[in-house]
Amino acid sequence: MIRDITLGQYYPGNSWIHKLDPRIKIIATLLYIVALFVVREFTGFIVAFVALEAVIIISGVPRKFIWKGLKPVILIIAFTLIINIFMIKGEVLWQLGFLQITREGLRTAAFMGIRLVLLIIGSSLLTLTTRPIGLTDGIEALLSPFRKIGLPAHELAMMMTIALRFIPTLLEETDKIIKAQQARGADFESGNIIRRAKALVPILVPLFISAFRIAQDLAMAMEARCYGGNVKRTRMNEIKMGSRDLAASLLFAAFLAMIILQRVLL
Amino acid sequence: MIEVKKLTHVYSEGLPHQQVAVEDISFTIETGEFVGIIGHTGSGKSTLLQHLNGLLKPKSGSIVIDGLDITNSKTAMIDVRKKVGLVFQYPEYQLFEETVAKDVAFGPQNLGLPQEEIDERVRSSIMAVGLNYDSIKNISPFELSGGQKRRVAIAGVIAMNPDILILDEPTAGLNPKAHEDILNLIRGIYKKGGKTVILVSHNMNDIARICDSVLVMDKGRLAMKGTPKQVFSRGEELKDMGLALPEATEITSRLRAAGMEINKICLTIEEAAAAIAEAKKMTT
Ligand SMILES: Nc1ncnc2c1ncn2[C@@H]1O[C@H](COP(=O)(O)OP(=O)(O)OP(=O)(O)O)[C@@H](O)[C@H]1O
Ligand SMILES: [Mg+2]
Repeated sequence: MIRDITLGQYYPGNSWIHKLDPRIKIIATLLYIVALFVVREFTGFIVAFVALEAVIIISGVPRKFIWKGLKPVILIIAFTLIINIFMIKGEVLWQLGFLQITREGLRTAAFMGIRLVLLIIGSSLLTLTTRPIGLTDGIEALLSPFRKIGLPAHELAMMMTIALRFIPTLLEETDKIIKAQQARGADFESGNIIRRAKALVPILVPLFISAFRIAQDLAMAMEARCYGGNVKRTRMNEIKMGSRDLAASLLFAAFLAMIILQRVLL
Repeated sequence: MIEVKKLTHVYSEGLPHQQVAVEDISFTIETGEFVGIIGHTGSGKSTLLQHLNGLLKPKSGSIVIDGLDITNSKTAMIDVRKKVGLVFQYPEYQLFEETVAKDVAFGPQNLGLPQEEIDERVRSSIMAVGLNYDSIKNISPFELSGGQKRRVAIAGVIAMNPDILILDEPTAGLNPKAHEDILNLIRGIYKKGGKTVILVSHNMNDIARICDSVLVMDKGRLAMKGTPKQVFSRGEELKDMGLALPEATEITSRLRAAGMEINKICLTIEEAAAAIAEAKKMTT
């Protein structure tokens, strides 16, 4: 069912990870992704994997949930793997016509696969353990220093909040429209590509109309409550760093140090 | 005949927000019956309806319609859609074509009918919903008023000529005039004969005056099934489920409680007026 897509979803919880300052989680996620590309040896991936495992266990997010987030991108991963296996030149292990598999190709593909899986799980953990509001507050706080050079930090964060907020609403709407057209005998599963593309029209037109209607209503409701973007706003819950955040930062620094060390030493 | 046996549906099974929407429901509906379904919001009415034309698959249980087991995965869904027409809540949001006629033709086209038959059905179903075919056929559905859009959407389902017509709150959000019009239109289609109609409504007055039998849903379960008289005579239980009585029933039962001699259950204003007049005659 379309509503069960977990991409960008929040998994409610009360763990240590959930309670961390969103700014730290955002920076740590970005650095984790960078670290994955710094790593060049399997030992490095083991370190990255263990760190990720620890975070998953502490966060209490069920593994089933995490796997579900991986499902939509499996095709992309498979595609990357195949491209890498066949495209990279080197010591040939197996050959059939113009297709050849090389030792280097296998190695790169394996690295790429591990990297992508860790990357996706790592970044989905950020959204799984952070409320959308926390996420956008964090982004706004991180972007606000750039306001001096004209970056509209608040507006960007507001746009993100709204987009995140309306993903489930639009999915729900899509689900409803698909069912309504199916009830009128629409068939989205058979036929060639052109037929299938045409079959999308009865879904997309009502969906766009709904989206515009929702946007209009929201704009009206915001204006009715005197929303003005760029004025100085205060918030109900200020984000504050605590000792927990300090400890997490230290642990994460230790992780980064290990990654850099193994890159330098091995 | 529709036979529903031990139907259970769970949304998002296995996820933290899993929700048992329909639980262990069994009932049968005879061909040609006009059935009303009532229940508090969230009681599972829409979920139940979506099972009746195969849009949702149950976790367990079965639905057999005129011998066709629609919960069987081998059953071709197009056969089910041909048999059972479902008009969704706020159906005007499913309109998408450039013209009213093309939109109404969408269903019959999906059934693979010949062009003349499609044209004929489009014309007759637009007229059946009380719109003027010649003046409206080439208009964009998005230029119509809310009530007119609703009619066009209903015409889109009627054009598929289903044996069983299911309507999920077809009058929700309409003004009193449009509400009455839509209801009369549904009664008109039913009176022509041959169709089973299932109507979900929050309006107890409508249910009381037009249905042969009523299903009452409560928290995903089937709480009652019977004639409107049987169901609405159990006012206390209905109120516990967050449901109201038809106005006529409510007024007469309060008068009875205040000491007036009214012995029967009144469903319509006319019945109530007659009963009150009679009670007054008896006392004077
Ligand atoms: N697509 C869905 N995914 C998850 N849960 C759902 C979905 N649709 C409905 N539910 C849940 O199932 C329960 C029954 O919903 P349903 O829409 O069947 O109620 P209803 O009786 O039609 O209510 P209403 O009178 O408001 O239309 C509700 O608790 C609802 O939150
Ligand atoms: Mg409903």
